[in-house]
Amino acid sequence: MSAPKLRPSLADDGKPPGTTTWDGSVTEAGTEMRSYYGRPVIKPPVWQPEIPVYFFTGGLGGATAILSLLARIAGDERQARRLTFVEAGAELVSPLLLIADLGRPERFVNMLRVFKPTSPMSVGSWVLVASSLSSAGAAALELLERAPRAKLAAEIASAALGPLMATYTAVLISNTAVPAWHEARHHLPFLFAAGSAASAGAAGVLVGPLDESGPARRLAIGGTVATLAAEQLMSTRLGMVGEPYHAGRSGWLMRGSKLLGAAGAGLLATAGRRRPGAAVGGAALVAAGELLLRLGVFHAGDRSARDPRFTVEPQRERADRDGTKATT
Amino acid sequence: MSDGEVLGLSITHVTGEPDGHPGGYGDEAMPRMGFFTDTSICIGCKACEVACKEWNQVPDDGQVFSGESYDNTSHLGASTWRHVAFVEQRRPLTVDGGGSLAQVAARNQLAEAGEVPIGESADGMRWLMASDVCKHCTHAACLDVCPTGALFRTEFGTVVVQEDVCNGCGYCVPACPFGVLDEREEPNPDFDAPDGRVWKCTLCYDRLKGGHEPACSKACPTDSIQFGELGALRERAERRVEKLRRDGWTGAQLYLATPDDGIGGAGAFFLLLDDPEVYGLPPDPVVTTRDLPGTWRSAAFAMGALVAGTAAAFLGGRR
Amino acid sequence: MNSDCIVIMGSNMAEQHPVGFQWVMEARERGAEVVHIDPRFTRTSAMATRHIAIRPGSDIAFLGGVIRHVLEHDLHFEEYVRAYTNAPVILHDDYSDTEDDDGLFSGWDPDRGIYDIETWQYKGFGVPPNDQHREGGVGSAEVHGAGGAPLTGAHPPEQDPTLQHPRCVFQQLKRHYARYTPERVAEVCGCRPEDVVWVAETLARNSGRERTSAFAYAVGWTQHTVGVQYIRAAAILQLLLGNVGRPGGGIMALRGHASIQGSTDIPTLYNLLPGYLPMPHAGADATLQEYVEKNTAPGGWWGHTDNYMVSLLKAWWGSKAVRANDWCYDFLPRIDGDASIYQTTRWMHEGLVKGMLIAGENPAVGNANAKAFRTGAAKLDWLVVRDVMEIESAAFWYDSPEVESGELRPEEIPTEVFFLPASTHTEKDGTFTNTQRLLQFHHKAVEPKHDCRSELWFYYHLGKLVRQRVESSLEPRDLPLQWLTWDYPTSGENEEPSAEAVLREINGCRTVDGKALSTYEELDSDGSTACGCWIYCGVFADDVNQADRRTPHWEQDLVAPDWGWAWPDNRRILYNRASADPEGRPWSERKRYLWWDDAQSKWTSTGDRPDTDATKSPSYRPPPDAKAEQAIAGDKPFGLQSDGMAWLFAPSGIEDGPFPTHYEPHESPHDNPFYGQRANPRRQQFPRGAFSGTNPYNPVDGEPGADAYPYSLTTYRLTEHHTAGGMTRTVAYLSELQPAMFVEVHPELARERGLVNGGWATIVTARAAIEARVLVTDRMRPLDVGGRRRHQVGLPYHWGKRGLTTGDSANDLTSIALDPNVHIQEVKALSCDIRPGRRPHGADLPAFVAAIRDEALARRARAPRVEPEQTRNTEPPGRRSGHQEGQGAP
Repeated sequence: MSAPKLRPSLADDGKPPGTTTWDGSVTEAGTEMRSYYGRPVIKPPVWQPEIPVYFFTGGLGGATAILSLLARIAGDERQARRLTFVEAGAELVSPLLLIADLGRPERFVNMLRVFKPTSPMSVGSWVLVASSLSSAGAAALELLERAPRAKLAAEIASAALGPLMATYTAVLISNTAVPAWHEARHHLPFLFAAGSAASAGAAGVLVGPLDESGPARRLAIGGTVATLAAEQLMSTRLGMVGEPYHAGRSGWLMRGSKLLGAAGAGLLATAGRRRPGAAVGGAALVAAGELLLRLGVFHAGDRSARDPRFTVEPQRERADRDGTKATT
Repeated sequence: MSDGEVLGLSITHVTGEPDGHPGGYGDEAMPRMGFFTDTSICIGCKACEVACKEWNQVPDDGQVFSGESYDNTSHLGASTWRHVAFVEQRRPLTVDGGGSLAQVAARNQLAEAGEVPIGESADGMRWLMASDVCKHCTHAACLDVCPTGALFRTEFGTVVVQEDVCNGCGYCVPACPFGVLDEREEPNPDFDAPDGRVWKCTLCYDRLKGGHEPACSKACPTDSIQFGELGALRERAERRVEKLRRDGWTGAQLYLATPDDGIGGAGAFFLLLDDPEVYGLPPDPVVTTRDLPGTWRSAAFAMGALVAGTAAAFLGGRR
Repeated sequence: MNSDCIVIMGSNMAEQHPVGFQWVMEARERGAEVVHIDPRFTRTSAMATRHIAIRPGSDIAFLGGVIRHVLEHDLHFEEYVRAYTNAPVILHDDYSDTEDDDGLFSGWDPDRGIYDIETWQYKGFGVPPNDQHREGGVGSAEVHGAGGAPLTGAHPPEQDPTLQHPRCVFQQLKRHYARYTPERVAEVCGCRPEDVVWVAETLARNSGRERTSAFAYAVGWTQHTVGVQYIRAAAILQLLLGNVGRPGGGIMALRGHASIQGSTDIPTLYNLLPGYLPMPHAGADATLQEYVEKNTAPGGWWGHTDNYMVSLLKAWWGSKAVRANDWCYDFLPRIDGDASIYQTTRWMHEGLVKGMLIAGENPAVGNANAKAFRTGAAKLDWLVVRDVMEIESAAFWYDSPEVESGELRPEEIPTEVFFLPASTHTEKDGTFTNTQRLLQFHHKAVEPKHDCRSELWFYYHLGKLVRQRVESSLEPRDLPLQWLTWDYPTSGENEEPSAEAVLREINGCRTVDGKALSTYEELDSDGSTACGCWIYCGVFADDVNQADRRTPHWEQDLVAPDWGWAWPDNRRILYNRASADPEGRPWSERKRYLWWDDAQSKWTSTGDRPDTDATKSPSYRPPPDAKAEQAIAGDKPFGLQSDGMAWLFAPSGIEDGPFPTHYEPHESPHDNPFYGQRANPRRQQFPRGAFSGTNPYNPVDGEPGADAYPYSLTTYRLTEHHTAGGMTRTVAYLSELQPAMFVEVHPELARERGLVNGGWATIVTARAAIEARVLVTDRMRPLDVGGRRRHQVGLPYHWGKRGLTTGDSANDLTSIALDPNVHIQEVKALSCDIRPGRRPHGADLPAFVAAIRDEALARRARAPRVEPEQTRNTEPPGRRSGHQEGQGAP
């Protein structure tokens, strides 16, 4: 019974060509195009640019917490001390970014009215608060050089929360109707984890004393490689829904992030060990790459939400293939 | 396929009952109320849009000439809680659409001979109208993902935003598989900045509490919008769609009328004359939280990998 | 709802009457065929079981085709037609049809531009008295009530029950429509021959004893230069099929908006008194006696004109109205010709109108050739506008297209404009009278704000002020004011008069004890009764406001007589005597409604009041000297007609022919394929004099220059807005639903003219050019007419310069060319041109319009149409115009 489902190629404004010219008169749009005047089926995210930046800072803070604790255990005291400050910095900036997005500080308080396991944002808010407090505490004690036990406890706490901080944002955006995110739900956590690792490593290289930054460098390199791998796997698995990760503005961002990451990791691998300049440069490139990655993922989701094809086509194919109870 | 089957924290939706209704309300629970929107008798008068805004004091949504048939409000949003879609098609009304032009022409000839029962216009075109609204899903993604508890399940089984709790985090906006919710950009009277909170159909919660039917169904002149107990509405809809099919409206289909679909069935469901996507509705919507446990599981692996990887970085020298 | 088939034609019911349309949907759900015949595919078409597109202005051709098919194949309801219509009547020997005279009926007087209707009479009958005063072309429209023309002659007229006599109405009807073959009709209408046949067959299949079909029309039929004849054509068809006076039958006149019906019953019209009593005519009706004699029918309810008139005068002048002073009959104003709004507009331009009061209307947007109204208003001394908003008609002097183009300069306009804020219907009590003659009382919900006041308040207190001015006057001319009964109880701080008190006065009472009357049959001419409107008598029966009854339909029978009150006498189906056969038996069980109960020897029904004397047996035959209703036989259902019969053929009462005939619209891009007579010869135009410059006409098909305006233009309304927009373009919730003036065109036309959906287009006629956003849609279907592909341009007419959504007014484009019977404008079918892009602004606009017009008219002048048409330029017969410029020339 299903009619031929001709789908027009999509102009960048999100409206199919023809809807505003005679050859795509309203009727033809209604008849030929199996969408409502090419309008989005779902609403694109309303989040401001602060949010993808927070994805970066949050991940950085989380991974750094782990790195610094391990450094402490490994006895890299100076590295550990500096990373503690980095971590605290990242995790103090993060809430500010969220508040900036909400508009008014008191609105962040509402986040803590309830704890809802079904809402990664609720889970994440509690994690962020806890982790910010612990890392801030740790940093303060580090600065005052007081109460080493309490400090260690605080560091262990934030290190324990680190992995969550690094990945919950991936779960958060996957848990939406946005095709490029929801369909990538099994990939984004790895992508974000790897990215966080790389950025933490980069941070370690940037702040760390050269003679203690070996692990950080290796983490930056390994993290970047893992990022590229995860990204590759994701694109091959997603099919047409993955298009926004290659095409348009989001595509450019993704390519940029790979380029910078690869260059940075290469530089670190080749010359990072000996030349301080190369180390700093490489680390900066890696960090920048990871920031672009979050921006790219964010825009890819936005684009996939604005184009009805990404919502309708997979669902229609699924319905035609497996049948659906949505229509009876 | 649902990742909900793999356990994690178990919020997988199995029953046709909304979470928290009626159970959560005990004695105060009311029968689950909803809308049955029968688009086969919608005349596109938009009285529902106006009645809704009048009663709920929703601001107007701006004056934009869309050039898209007679639809100038274009989609549901923070300031449009009922939206009437207008779809013009080169296709007779009661014969299944699509097919080659030759097929359509053949059908038109049938119609000439009076063999096609009703709905055929000599032009071989049809004009579909449908009043869209919040679906008040059995398993509502907006409600699941809301971090503040601003969205809640009422004693009538409907989904409502508490405007005094909503903090404008915007999570529900991309979470809704129907694009119902949106943030309102108009300045908030209480403070000098964009409101930023989300707004949507409340199924006239205040009117329901007062024992009245919602404004839109009250205003609908042809009873295209029918309000009542969901169970009764579903039975009525079944009879209706069967009659229409008998009459030759082969495109007629119920949308979101059963508990077995991806959202556990809607509190506001529809009788459509063409595929959902033609009206701007998703053909096979799924509540995103159905897949959340699986996602967390993947995240768990990723976290493990992160720790392991970081630890591994310490193998080898300091420098 | 009881119909088996509903034909909606000249109406967009779903969009303009959505609430009433629920019953059409109900009927459809019950299996009724719903046919929409309209140039456009509208929301009504979308709901119909069948839509047929025809060219604007070709409806009579289509109906004629259906009538022909019915007659040719004997699909008519034989018994009904023979018994209840004037089909058997033999016509005047000298009557000749359009068949004989290439589109003209006998009696055409080219010098006066009107018909002499002597030959339209029945055999042996003379011209009725109220059709004898037509000097200066005063049309019967000015001298008739709705009572229809009485017949003068020996009743009953000569008849042939077998309907075979060549000169009987039935055979003449057959002959008149003989040439309306499906093929010819299809060629005129742009539809397909099978469409005509299908409609005829479908209607016939759903008519007769067992089934009934209904027609619904609105201004899509009336707003033509042959408007009245459109409805006549439907009446003929419905009578042939036996669909009048029966449940599920009839012709629904869907009125333009709330209580337009009421404003004709108790008229805001210059030529009628309440209850369709004709306005006395200067010179013709010197005394009450003359007036009564002239307007009393030998038979039927119009046999009591004296009762109605005297009771009206008693209601107005109370105890001062006595037999000695002819019940104050002399106080009534007289008319001597057309004083309709367009004639008045012309007089405004000629400086003959000093002041004007506008209430509940927005002519600066709603009138045909709105520009003519605005420039005319700029010549008034004073103008009072009462409305809920400052509408275009009140703001024209500083905000109008003419001010923008520099044609009007505010500082040079002498008109003193007063704007008075009015209250809305929710802020006052009163009644609405709807399409089914149903009066429904509504109560004030909220107090009007600020200075807003009800119409009732305004006119009552205005009247009191005027009376104060003349209190002590000794001038006889002030007597009508001094004697007028003008005292209604008021309440509240605003002293709001009681609407119920007014309704009670309209209902009428006995003058001795003031007891409310219960039916118009109680009215008398001896001064013992007072009644403000005879057809409304009974709305306050038993001193109960019958219009305020609200028993829901599920608590009463199908007729639902206890909801509101319908005139006359709470009859829900007019002429319902026709729902039974001549012997008084129901035509069928299925359509049972009214029947004669021999046992009780009275009429009984399923719940309605019989539209006949309840005890008048079907076998009753009037004695020779019988008068009024007593002169109507028991088997004649149409009690408001002087002979109790329905008229297939109208011997009088109509200006432009006893049978409806297809004439092209005044401004048509097509010639008339049926006759040499292109358009209605009797149509009213304003071709010369000071006014003609303001109201130029496009060249028509067959003339050089016609190609300057090649497309047919039609105007209409949308659900989202109300008429001229004063009440809706000012409301955000409604404005956002239709936020811009737009023009609807078909993709082919868009391609042809380079129009872009959502972009701008400029539409041009000889009067003006306006701009609108483009909406490209298949709903504006091109039609193949006479081998030529013809495109339509569709324009909603709601927009103006005020309010939240503003835009150019479609009525700036339309012309003033009128129907001769009721002087209604033709705005549903014109010709125009359409071009891409926005129009010129400022002074360039008039220049742009003039350039196109002058070029076209120049070409026409060089080679004027050699037309067999008798007259193209009949001046509107009217007092001053007539004398100033003489009669229309051939």
